[in-house]
Amino acid sequence: MVTLHFDLEDMSKALIGIAGAGGLGSNVAAILVRSGIDSLVLADFDIVEKGNLNRQFYFDDQIGLPKVEALLENLSRIAPSVQIDANLTRVTPENAAQLFGRCDIVVEAFDDASQKEWFIEFMLAQFPEMPLVCASGLSGTQVQRSGNLYVVGDQFTETFAADAANSHAGSVETDASFSAADASASAATYDIAPRVSIIAALQAETALNILKEKDLL
Amino acid sequence: MNIYLNNRFEKFEPDSMTISEIMEAKSYTFRMLVVKLNGNLIQKSQYAVIEVKEGDKLDIIHLVSGG
Repeated sequence: MVTLHFDLEDMSKALIGIAGAGGLGSNVAAILVRSGIDSLVLADFDIVEKGNLNRQFYFDDQIGLPKVEALLENLSRIAPSVQIDANLTRVTPENAAQLFGRCDIVVEAFDDASQKEWFIEFMLAQFPEMPLVCASGLSGTQVQRSGNLYVVGDQFTETFAADAANSHAGSVETDASFSAADASASAATYDIAPRVSIIAALQAETALNILKEKDLL
Repeated sequence: MNIYLNNRFEKFEPDSMTISEIMEAKSYTFRMLVVKLNGNLIQKSQYAVIEVKEGDKLDIIHLVSGG
């Protein structure tokens, strides 16, 4: 059953996979746990940087920690009973089936469009029966359904967050690079926090609705 | 032909068109796409080969960065 509060016996036993623990993934995870989802598979290779804090569910004292580790900590503070399979790894065609093959639903939460593309094609080909909730375009509130594929967003508006360049390089951000990157991107992305949060919330809602339909809540 | 393109009814003059021809007619120029025809994933190498016909359901998902 759906819960708006925490009673252990009310937690859903559904297993939801989240590919990526950035602006979308970290917020999707928090909303799902608040909604009574007990079990998650997380996978992300990145570490928490100062530039992430404008939209991602992390805290200043977690800078430098792997995101999956920090997220596990934060989700456990919402609900100590959560069972998180946290994988500190880049999701690749070599490990995606092993990471997410046993999930009831998978949420695609990558930043980069090419990463989204291969992952969606891979999952549709390998697991055609598994619902896959993706995001494309951080404006608008459309949800396009194509069989078991759900695409949240306007499929048009590209968004580059303040830390995008550094994240792609996979490097640890220094104070100097943060201030430069932040200043250059802040004008274009002043509303990045609400936009990412809205799309993440829609992904989480879509996943919950699917679970409800499948009688897994 | 009449098809369902991204869940919308669309009319095209020819009786059949390849997926590439439909993309061109609709000015779909995004680099990152996922295509499903009647529920089946279509590989990129097949876009110029597979013919879409009357009554088909074609979904062309556009992927953009952000997250």
